[in-house]
Amino acid sequence: MNEQTDVKKLTFKDFETDQEVRWCPGCGDYAILKAVQMTLANIGATPENTVFVSGIGCSSRFPYYVETYGFHTIHGRAPAVATGVKLANPDLDVWLVTGDGDGLSIGGNHMLHVLRRNVNMQIMLFNNEIYGLTKGQYSPTSKLGTRSPSTPFGSVDLPLSPCAFALGAGARFVARGIDTGLKELPLILARAKDHVGASFVEIFQNCIVFNDKTFEGFTLKKEAANTQIYAEHGKPLIYGKDRNKGLIFNRDKFALETAVIGENGVTEKDILVHDETNKILAQMLVELKSPEFPVVCGVIYCVQEESYDQAVHKQIEHAKKNGNDDFNALIRKGRTWTVE
Amino acid sequence: MNVQNPAQDFDELDSVCVRFAGDSGDGMQLTGTQFSVVTALEGSDLSTFPDFPAEIRAPVGTTFGVSAFQINFGSVEVSTAGDEPDVLVAMNPAALKVSLPGLRKGGLIIVDEGAFNKRNLDKAGYFDNPLENDSLSDYQIQKLDITKLTLESVKDFGLGNKDAVRSKNMWTLGLVLWMFDRPRKPITDWLEEKFKKIPDVAKANIAALNAGHAYGETVEASSNLQRYHVGKHKEEPGEYRTVNGNQALAWGLLAGSKLGEIPLMLGSYPITPASSLLHALSSFKEFGVITFQAEDEIAAICSAIGASFAGSLGITSSSGPGIALKTEAIGLAISTELPVVIIDIQRAGPSTGMPTKTEQSDLYQAVCGRNGDAPVVVLATSNPQDCFDVGIEAVRLATKYMTPVMVLSDGYIANASEPWKLPDINKLEKFQVNFCTNPEGFHPFKRDPLTLARAWAKPGTPGMLHRIGGIEKSYDTGHISYDPANHQKMTDIRAEKIANIANDIAEQSVSLGNEGSKLAVVGWGSTRGAIHQAVKRARGEGIDVSHVHIGNIWPLPRNLETLLKSFDKVIIAEMNNGQMNHLLRAEYLLDAYSLTKVTGQPFKISEILECIRVQAGERS
Repeated sequence: MNEQTDVKKLTFKDFETDQEVRWCPGCGDYAILKAVQMTLANIGATPENTVFVSGIGCSSRFPYYVETYGFHTIHGRAPAVATGVKLANPDLDVWLVTGDGDGLSIGGNHMLHVLRRNVNMQIMLFNNEIYGLTKGQYSPTSKLGTRSPSTPFGSVDLPLSPCAFALGAGARFVARGIDTGLKELPLILARAKDHVGASFVEIFQNCIVFNDKTFEGFTLKKEAANTQIYAEHGKPLIYGKDRNKGLIFNRDKFALETAVIGENGVTEKDILVHDETNKILAQMLVELKSPEFPVVCGVIYCVQEESYDQAVHKQIEHAKKNGNDDFNALIRKGRTWTVE
Repeated sequence: MNVQNPAQDFDELDSVCVRFAGDSGDGMQLTGTQFSVVTALEGSDLSTFPDFPAEIRAPVGTTFGVSAFQINFGSVEVSTAGDEPDVLVAMNPAALKVSLPGLRKGGLIIVDEGAFNKRNLDKAGYFDNPLENDSLSDYQIQKLDITKLTLESVKDFGLGNKDAVRSKNMWTLGLVLWMFDRPRKPITDWLEEKFKKIPDVAKANIAALNAGHAYGETVEASSNLQRYHVGKHKEEPGEYRTVNGNQALAWGLLAGSKLGEIPLMLGSYPITPASSLLHALSSFKEFGVITFQAEDEIAAICSAIGASFAGSLGITSSSGPGIALKTEAIGLAISTELPVVIIDIQRAGPSTGMPTKTEQSDLYQAVCGRNGDAPVVVLATSNPQDCFDVGIEAVRLATKYMTPVMVLSDGYIANASEPWKLPDINKLEKFQVNFCTNPEGFHPFKRDPLTLARAWAKPGTPGMLHRIGGIEKSYDTGHISYDPANHQKMTDIRAEKIANIANDIAEQSVSLGNEGSKLAVVGWGSTRGAIHQAVKRARGEGIDVSHVHIGNIWPLPRNLETLLKSFDKVIIAEMNNGQMNHLLRAEYLLDAYSLTKVTGQPFKISEILECIRVQAGERS
């Protein structure tokens, strides 16, 4: 490499490492890796200023495959490690890779707090509703009744919704994407990067070995138009092959409903317009479940507030400007005496 | 001793031990701290022992709510807070009951008899009022209605009864200042500053202080109150202050950051008795120190590891139960060979144990407590001023060798104060922290041939992109490796790197006595003062005994085996069930006598002295 490389625009290939990717053939992680590498190229990321931090699990192998700085940490703790990285050097662009077990089970507490604090980073939670690396046990997002090696008679505990959790924790950016959505995912991730603060992106990821086709109800390409809504700020929440279906708000039930434009007196004006700054709307959108409802993807919630790392460094800069960093003076504050 | 004019006459004492004991809400810690400051300003050597309950506001009048502060001060060298108080100030029956067993026979007890009512006596479990029977006949008793005397002294300030009674600790302090001929001005200055915004409270407290002092001046000759004079201790010339262990450790870490020019990031979670370290480091913002109060112990150390990955020095502080939670993350720092300083302010365990009571029982946890073959550097502090030096050494070793360094302190050192000769940072030795910026042949586990430390390249540096993690790495490339021979090699090199540090630390010295004596008392940590005094007294009795105090717990000093084997007999004194004894036996096949104590209280000099006498064959 010579110095000229710096000025050349990088492509997704520049973000590939020399390491052999070791996910199962057909794993959704391959597509996500490609989408992330494309995103980094598209947004003009500087490799040396970019850090990928992960926990443990299939998804957490991710950093080894991205040509940036990377840290593969321990189970569930990536948000805490990433917080330390960002606090120590706020100029670094931090990306966090986690899964439904890593991020919501063993690391649920850290996920809660990184979102609440609003530490500036992009959090990609690969949700495959299963524990892959430990060979197929059910996870906190597995559907009720999931049969797995540890739940041979079906799981009896309710799953949680990652995006609802994120909103509950106070996340200021919540988005959803699909592993194979190579057109949408880079756009969503670029928005996550633009947002200053903790940007939470749930990515539905197919585990071909232990939980294959669990999302097929809404991810099959040929049915996608009828089973998904891609939310865009300021645009009506319309879907369907003929773009004639949409979400309406039922005031009597205080609930969202689907409607067909032209039926039962519904006009396009009745369709809800997406407002990504409306938290109540976001909370309702993330709870819509397939097959009764279309699954909402895209940027569901986004508001801009000061990030934790900005606030911490603001205090430090203020103290540096107004304080004295004389160590000898510091330890001599208070009552001292002299022995002659 | 009663004399005609006590105000004019002083008994000269080499040293004296005073214990202030009262209810948690009586302000005994404040009284003791202020008395310590004045004593220090007057040039006496001193050592203090705050002994307080874990309950924040325990039910009034109960024995478990007693908060005490002991100070030992003298014109001679003082290195413990004293075996047996000579003077006990007891503000209620419970305080008397709890503190009496430790008091010297013949010692003076000053009690607030106004607090010895039926209710308080019942709460303390006294069936009879001890002030009215002969149960205290072994002691001198001075009964004073401190509550009433205080109320009279502050009646002009229009305080409510509750606020007025609160000044009784200042009345008591005034009396004790009179007893030991200490000036009031530093206290009145402090009160004026502290209550700047409520001048009536400041005035009332000062009035109470003065009234207590005046009470001494006008005391009847028949009273048990007597004035004592404790002279100045000959210290090296210089500027001094009092300091406790956690404060000194915080300053030591900051000094290390200055000397190595490496920014600090502390990730911590509140826990007794380590929280004051978090508080102290949180106040160093003008030095660029970043502190992060994490959601739990695990996040605390993980944030520190993240900061170290990013090119700062990550620090985390806790106590035993918190260190247990950090264990897996310490393993990550060992595997990724990142510097991180882990402070363990030990307390009585296991589990929650006794949070405010001291112990040295985390030695195994520090040296051995991890999955895998996972060596770290372990350093122990032995008194408040030593905390400063150990703080610097921890920063130096962590960054030079790319390793976690565990610092073992304990609740006693954390809270105890003593005089400290203030260092000049410009005269302390600097050290170089190296970041790798040369891409030529770089990989993250490329090692320095001398230190065996891996290259530290921080994110943000062009040309040094790399990925690290807790999976085993190839020795040659730093990439993931499951190769059997490679794992053997990496395990060996991690152990060798730590073992090599024995060549970069001070050799073990004999702190009192000499190599090859008949007997040696070996200690580590906060037992230093008690062992020192016991060995000194035993030597005075003609016993051939020395004191060896180990500060480098892992790796052990390279001459330690030879040194220990030069003694005919070794006593290992520690506040646990014999952990250092096991360690030294495992390392050196050393057959030592294990003297242990786990009561939550520091060793008494007499306990160690008695053991020395027995082991020296002077007593059976």
